[in-house]
Amino acid sequence: MLHTINKSPFESNILETCIRFVQPGDPILFIENGVYAVQAHSRFAPMLEGIREKNPVYALQPDLSARGVTSLIDGVKTVDYEGFVDLVEKHKVNNWL
Amino acid sequence: MKIGILLKQGPYNHQASDTAYKFAEAAIRKGHTVDAVFLYNDGVINATKLMDPPQDDRHIAERWSDLNREHGVEILACIAASKRRGINEDVMIKGGAITGLGTLTDIAIRNDRLITFGD
Amino acid sequence: MDVKKILHVMRHAPHGTVYTYEGLEMILMMAAYEQDLTVVFIGDGVYALKKEQDTTDIGVKGYARTFAALGDYDVEKLYVDRISLEERGLTEEDLEVGVEILDSETIGRLMKEQDVVIHH
Repeated sequence: MLHTINKSPFESNILETCIRFVQPGDPILFIENGVYAVQAHSRFAPMLEGIREKNPVYALQPDLSARGVTSLIDGVKTVDYEGFVDLVEKHKVNNWL
Repeated sequence: MKIGILLKQGPYNHQASDTAYKFAEAAIRKGHTVDAVFLYNDGVINATKLMDPPQDDRHIAERWSDLNREHGVEILACIAASKRRGINEDVMIKGGAITGLGTLTDIAIRNDRLITFGD
Repeated sequence: MDVKKILHVMRHAPHGTVYTYEGLEMILMMAAYEQDLTVVFIGDGVYALKKEQDTTDIGVKGYARTFAALGDYDVEKLYVDRISLEERGLTEEDLEVGVEILDSETIGRLMKEQDVVIHH
């Protein structure tokens, strides 16, 4: 199951909440303001590094670019909208709002 | 893959309408079917033809109309949510329609995925 | 007809925004379609079930008891996330509706079984 998160972790506790329910191996995709979670060296970087051990972590490149987020935590993969579609094709979806 | 989209936010206020549109476009480009965009909560405001953004901004309502005309994507506004927010057949965009929540249930049943965008 | 497993995740406190109320309307309508429905309350969503809500003076309709009536529409699976409840200083006694309280792991597995998940 693909989990998407669209809020900045500084604005909302969705990331912390969502992560309690995500099953090992399930991908997490950050979109919209959610992409701030994958910026390197932020307060959330250690948490993301922990998540990445068990779950593939993706961020939507157009949203990263739009926000000037260029320095990402190691191991975070980026996808464009077509890559987003591919993830949805491969997995059922759980869009955290 | 057949996809239904549930859009729960109004246009311009939140990026949800833009992400939903970009996602739909990409899915169609990849050969998937986007069956319907169901508008709920303030999302119903996506369906008013009265919106008139500045020339240099994207026209969100027209984009939905185009998606309907060019790719047969149904643009459906929930009737209960629409009535609360002053959306009716008179202001409906070309290619859009007002429908009940039963239709959303059908969309959930008949598609491989129902993906939600909102706040 | 295909029966799909559809999960509604209530995530917002009531009254401050319309999400919980319109979410409840959606659940009631879907219940008529004989799908396999589950409702789970996570985060501020648990406040929707709080006892002793009185909305008279804010001028909006209260609906906590409508959640209790979901059983009449054959929506029997109402679950509350234990941590969300406990971190808000609440217990089962504080809730208007009889629900089952589940741990994160169980809710996580339940989510993964679903065909459709809708957050409100």
